[in-house]
Amino acid sequence: MPAVSKGDGMRGLAVFISDIRNCKSKEAEIKRINKELANIRSKFKGDKALDGYSKKKYVCKLLFIFLLGHDIDFGHMEAVNLLSSNKYTEKQIGYLFISVLVNSNSDLISLINNAIKNDLSSRNPTFMNLALHCIANVGSREMAEAFAAEVPRILVAGDTMDSVKQSAALCLLRLNRTSPDLVLMGEWTARVVHLLNDQHLGVVTAATSLITTLAQKSPEDFKTSVSLAVARLSRIVSSASTDLQDYTYYFVAAPWLSVKLLRLLQCYPPPEDGAIRGRLTECLETILNKAQEPPKSKKVQHSNAKNAVLFEAISLIIHHDSEPTLLVRACNQLGQFLQHRETNLRYLALESMCTLASSEFSHEAVKTHIETVINALKSERDVSVRQRAVDLLYAMCDRSNAKQIVAEMLSYLETADYSIREEIVLKVAILAEKYAVDYTWYVDTILNLIRFAGDYVSDEVWYRVIQIVINRDEVQGYAAKTVFEALQAPACHENLVKVGGYILGEFGNLIAGDSRSSPLIQFDLLHSKFHLCSVPTRALLLSAYIKFINLFPEVKGTIQEVLRSDSQLRNADVELQQRAVEYLRLSSIASTDILATVLEEMPPFPERESSILAKLKRKKGPGNLHPDLDENRKERSANGGTADHSSTTSNAKSSPLSFVGDLLAPASTAPPTNRPRPVSSSYLLQAPLTPIPLQASAVPVLLSAGPLFQVAASPTPSTDLLGLGSTITTQNSAPPASKGTSLLVDVFSENIAAFPVETPVAVGPVADENFSRFVCKNNGVLYENQLLQIGLKSEFRQNLGRMYVFFGNKTSTQFMNFAASVVCQDTLQAQLNVHAKPADPTVDGGAQLQQILNIECMSDFVDAPVLNIQFRYGGTLQNVAVKLPITLNKFFQPTEMTSQDFFQRWKQLGAPQQEVQKIFKAKHSMDTEVTKAKIMGFGAALLDGVDPNPSNFVGAGVIHTKTTQVGCLLRLEPNTQAQMYRLTLRTSRDTVSQRLCDLLSEQF
Amino acid sequence: MQFMLLFSRQGKLRLQKWYVPLSDKEKKKITRELVQTVLARKPKMCSFLEWRDLKVVYKRYASLYFCCAIENQDNELITLEIIHRYVELLDKYFGSVCELDIIFNFEKAYFILDEFLLGGEAQDTSKKNVLKAIEQADLLQECCMTDTVSQSFSMV
Repeated sequence: MPAVSKGDGMRGLAVFISDIRNCKSKEAEIKRINKELANIRSKFKGDKALDGYSKKKYVCKLLFIFLLGHDIDFGHMEAVNLLSSNKYTEKQIGYLFISVLVNSNSDLISLINNAIKNDLSSRNPTFMNLALHCIANVGSREMAEAFAAEVPRILVAGDTMDSVKQSAALCLLRLNRTSPDLVLMGEWTARVVHLLNDQHLGVVTAATSLITTLAQKSPEDFKTSVSLAVARLSRIVSSASTDLQDYTYYFVAAPWLSVKLLRLLQCYPPPEDGAIRGRLTECLETILNKAQEPPKSKKVQHSNAKNAVLFEAISLIIHHDSEPTLLVRACNQLGQFLQHRETNLRYLALESMCTLASSEFSHEAVKTHIETVINALKSERDVSVRQRAVDLLYAMCDRSNAKQIVAEMLSYLETADYSIREEIVLKVAILAEKYAVDYTWYVDTILNLIRFAGDYVSDEVWYRVIQIVINRDEVQGYAAKTVFEALQAPACHENLVKVGGYILGEFGNLIAGDSRSSPLIQFDLLHSKFHLCSVPTRALLLSAYIKFINLFPEVKGTIQEVLRSDSQLRNADVELQQRAVEYLRLSSIASTDILATVLEEMPPFPERESSILAKLKRKKGPGNLHPDLDENRKERSANGGTADHSSTTSNAKSSPLSFVGDLLAPASTAPPTNRPRPVSSSYLLQAPLTPIPLQASAVPVLLSAGPLFQVAASPTPSTDLLGLGSTITTQNSAPPASKGTSLLVDVFSENIAAFPVETPVAVGPVADENFSRFVCKNNGVLYENQLLQIGLKSEFRQNLGRMYVFFGNKTSTQFMNFAASVVCQDTLQAQLNVHAKPADPTVDGGAQLQQILNIECMSDFVDAPVLNIQFRYGGTLQNVAVKLPITLNKFFQPTEMTSQDFFQRWKQLGAPQQEVQKIFKAKHSMDTEVTKAKIMGFGAALLDGVDPNPSNFVGAGVIHTKTTQVGCLLRLEPNTQAQMYRLTLRTSRDTVSQRLCDLLSEQF
Repeated sequence: MQFMLLFSRQGKLRLQKWYVPLSDKEKKKITRELVQTVLARKPKMCSFLEWRDLKVVYKRYASLYFCCAIENQDNELITLEIIHRYVELLDKYFGSVCELDIIFNFEKAYFILDEFLLGGEAQDTSKKNVLKAIEQADLLQECCMTDTVSQSFSMV
């Protein structure tokens, strides 16, 4: 039977596919498939050896079944057998099955690899291609291990056919993507670069993709590709559309290759060689000019291909960000597209303009399109286009147009798609805060946000408005008045009740003079919302009520009545019940003085980065790691040369408005019911009533009344809003200083005792001139004066270190009573043990004395120990104190990781307090090699090919302390033009992030 | 490019090509989600959408949707033309291709794709060169086989 149906078509397969297509139901399909599987299984198991054709047919059927979505658990062996068939179609089906259905079945992998090896060495280009396709399709680690060395050889061998070269190039690209560590650069790299000059455009196309990927990994090795790419691009761009024959696509010369070349150039800064740079600029100009020419065809393929090149050219122009005329031309071109009838082009123009908006050269040009963009927001029918318009408005916003943009976004919010509302809310909140000149506008905007899209206003947003109102005296009265008016609405969003309750509780007194908003009216208004609210909001309102009692003694009775009612005192919710009980008790027993202290107005929040911004970044996902850089660049341009420059610039990074956020944030993770109860209500009740002195009673009362508002109920003491953090922290920090010290410290404290105390000389200033030089290196001269030179040599491993200190006597006279000791002050005592071995008490003239310090890092630390030296020179006692360069980064162990791992960890460390970022001016010349050496000297592993931008530096390592290990990721982004750096540290510990950032940022 | 999917208007998957390592479970989930998203879009909408942290480029040809997921820095328009070029190749090979050709000769559709795209990047963009490679392969199988080549779908 098989002999008859031989042929290309595999009749049996066609019949089976038809059968499946004729199945009326899913059940029937499954039944048919099971029947077929049973049939194939019996054929495979049967005694009769199957011929190649049957094997191929059955394997193909299995493949079809798998692609339908069913599981296949046999047939792999038969497929592998097909690989060694000398019939092309059988081999081909075998490879297809393996590519689609490969699993890490190890015994098969070696068989597969063997078959591939045979085909690679067959010298038959068709077979070689099949094998290379298979490696590229599977791309597993096992394959990379087996072929990462072989494929480059095939690629650059002189006698390799063009089609094989193409496959080899892309095969290598895939291997490099999956296992970059296995693809090693070698002498083949230079020859790969020269493939850009190849006669065959197909080879150039494939090679350009490969080079782009490799250049991201090790830019230095492929630097020479820049000039070749520019030359090639220039030839394509200036060619007549027919020159390139089949590589001309709908009258566009080699669009794919052009795009790829432009992509490759984006791996590098603008060429330094003037001639190359000029040639590239010419190319880019030509591409921009062509956009203005009438189309050579009406086909959409023509315009797509042409514009694909144009958009890629614009990306390169933006990447270089150095040619103002090109940037402005690009912007004008995109401006034309904004009104194009093709939706695709409008979408891309909006997207591309977003990046242009962040360039200082084109920010203003982008702004001129504001009306068109607003119009797009209103009239585009496709939500994904509207989304781009929102993004662009956000990107082009600055002080000059903030009011207009915020107003437009707000009005769009009313009709916006649900899927993007939350993002718009965040964006509006950020812009309103960032560009607020007068805070009444800010308050109005946020209240409008709650009104239009209350459900999408996350906690961060309403926390933020409260922080801002509390920190700004001038807006408090207005805020109270506005929320009071907003609350008049018969139906208002619960978020408004929260904001209203909080603000009136704090600042209701500011509007109480008006009889229309007297204390009682304010209270009644709030209380009218009470019963409709959720438990957390009601808890907040109860706190507002107790604050009212302090603000307005006249409503005390009314409020006590409310607190006393059964619905409060016996509320089923324990949090509400407790608050009612405590507040009632507090209001009854405490004197007005105590009440005034306990219920004092909230102190201003410390200033930090907005948590809303952090949230937006999180929402935007991992791909978007650079919004701040854009922000910065934009700020520079927005304010370039204008008078209010400094004020706006500071606004961008550390505006007076940009504070906490996180302070409030913990409350959202820990619901208010979880508030800590170090002292329960019973404590309060036990507390003696009146006659105790204020101070003694203050603590328990405070502790109990502390969580006045849920936001204050954060479990971390340092985030406490009522200032009792200080009491708690002192309690907490006291013990470790005495406890937890180990033997080493005890030995060391003897040292202190042994320190010559004969003359209590006032220890002079501690020298630290050379301190920062040792952050990235371990050896050198630490200190020198006319008498003495101190040299260091040190080594560190994990949490231990050893430092050799060399005291050189520069004089010809002996130093007497020489003593050197190390002091760890305050908290450092528990964090770092430094044990100095005893040394000779004399140092002869011209001689050197060596002392060994053993160091143990207990936990992360900030301060540095001080080396105190005392000796007699001539008749006088000399004192020298030097800061010892034992810094946290010395306990770094470098960690190598792949790009994927890095970004995964980077994302995991995404909490705002884990990241510390610093932007600073370069103090030294921005040399890549020097920077690399510094980062490695700092102790982190320098990771190549992780950052998509090759000029950035990325590092990783683990800080070892005795108690814990802290994983650290770092990223340094140089901006050579502005002579600035941005350094970002992410570790699991905020103190570590901060310290490492401080240390490293001093080095450049 | 991270992957390419071909599916019908009814949501039936006709071809899938993955250029990133993913488990079968993930692949199924992605396919389900993406097919739903794309089918829900109206005809005049733009061909690009943001999806997770990728960009999706899709185009409909007759009853089939061609859908590619590319990375953020990749070029949308050129991807659209990758799709078109692939359709042209199929068309040339099958002679005015229809969905049935791809169903019954799915293995051919994969082979043609492999000649055109490898590792998610265009290998050769010349129609002639790609077709030449495919024809050579077909020629190879003809020498080995005794029967004449018959288009299998003629029976449908």
